[in-house]
Amino acid sequence: MLDSSLDLHPQVALRPEPFGALAYHYDTRKLVFLKHPDVVRVVRSLADHATVADTLTACDIDERRWPSFDKALTSLYESEMLHDR
Amino acid sequence: MTVDTAPLVEQLKGGLDAPICLTWELTYACNLECVHCLSSSGRRDPRELTTAEAKGVLDELHDLQVFYINIGGGEPMIRRDFFELVEYSIGKGIGVKFSTNGAFIDADKARRLAAMDYLDIQISLDGTDAATNDAVRGDGSYDTAIRAMEHLRDAGFGEFKISVVVTRHNVDQLDEFKALADEFGAQLRITRLRPSGRGADSWHDLHPTQAQQRQIYEWLLAKGDDVLTGDSFFHLNALGEEPLPGLNMCGAGRVVCLIDPIGDVYACPFVIHDEFKAGSVRDAGGFSDVWKRSDLFNELREPQSAGACASCGSYDACQGGCMAAKFFVGIPLDGPDPECVSGHGEAAMLAASSGSVAPPKPMMDHSKPARVPVALTRR
Repeated sequence: MLDSSLDLHPQVALRPEPFGALAYHYDTRKLVFLKHPDVVRVVRSLADHATVADTLTACDIDERRWPSFDKALTSLYESEMLHDR
Repeated sequence: MTVDTAPLVEQLKGGLDAPICLTWELTYACNLECVHCLSSSGRRDPRELTTAEAKGVLDELHDLQVFYINIGGGEPMIRRDFFELVEYSIGKGIGVKFSTNGAFIDADKARRLAAMDYLDIQISLDGTDAATNDAVRGDGSYDTAIRAMEHLRDAGFGEFKISVVVTRHNVDQLDEFKALADEFGAQLRITRLRPSGRGADSWHDLHPTQAQQRQIYEWLLAKGDDVLTGDSFFHLNALGEEPLPGLNMCGAGRVVCLIDPIGDVYACPFVIHDEFKAGSVRDAGGFSDVWKRSDLFNELREPQSAGACASCGSYDACQGGCMAAKFFVGIPLDGPDPECVSGHGEAAMLAASSGSVAPPKPMMDHSKPARVPVALTRR
């Protein structure tokens, strides 16, 4: 996942919340919780960088946390919240 | 997807910036008189929101980024501006799921509904045969619902929902409900019976027995993967190690709320009573201000006491159950759920009924007047 070029699906809306954000997919009607503000920051920046790894670097995410971000983004990709650019 | 943070449920209990799941009862008018009606519906209230006011609320919900709303009633399709409001909502990016008894879904309406995006329909049905269903929902209501489902299928609507309130009399039909949903390409939704509205009078006769509660829990674990529950059976989690799918918490005033037909905002769809009224969409600050600043909602977002349940090992699993269910049978809000699977509810109800204070009655009653047979006499 770290080498992929991803973007938020155009039918997904993000709503900021104290814990992070809610993501709602208007096509699949799935609602997903982004449980940390850093995940929201990363998701919003995906389109501005060549790969996921580049995005994590640009967002100053400590490399020790990359595996958990990899997992979170994979799960968002599998639920179609993110798609390939 | 967790990234080093406090458990989500704990965060949600502190409240969200806007509801996730907002129920909006559009009218108290209804062609049926179901014995368990949560809102004691029947007659329209003259104070109901106008089309312009309703659109104003939708504008606010759009600004709050509410993704979808659940419309109910009464029978929402009775409102003349029903389609106008649904189309306005969807046009604003607010998806709509509406509950109906199906009486107003003919072939034409079914085609009109099928042509709309971001729209879900929920047909209420409380029995897989007319006898079981009509005993609760009224004569002819089974045939009406089935006919509406046929129209939706013929119109190519796609996957609608069949919504069942589980009672003592239909709990053995869960497999049949599932088969019926499959036959129509529909999704089954089952929810908990609450002693709210007219349900306060029928609950004692209709609610599932202790043995049936286990039956529901086991059925959901075995076959509930694609069955919706509105997260309403979380009190059953005390029955086993494996929690039912869902958030398993009371979302009242934290992630859910109700707007009633006259614009009053309540903590949840099951507590139409002054004690749980947070304000009105007609107040100066509108819905948004009620959600963000009402005293009631802010209290509900504070940590809640486990009260009488604090010493029970199951509290983490069942969270003390449903606030509305306790309230309308007279149990204190920090007491056990009347359907506590460990049986503590029975004692609590007995204690409540032996006191001098009667359980609170629903405050809004729009039931149609009972028909009194008139003897015709000649003067």
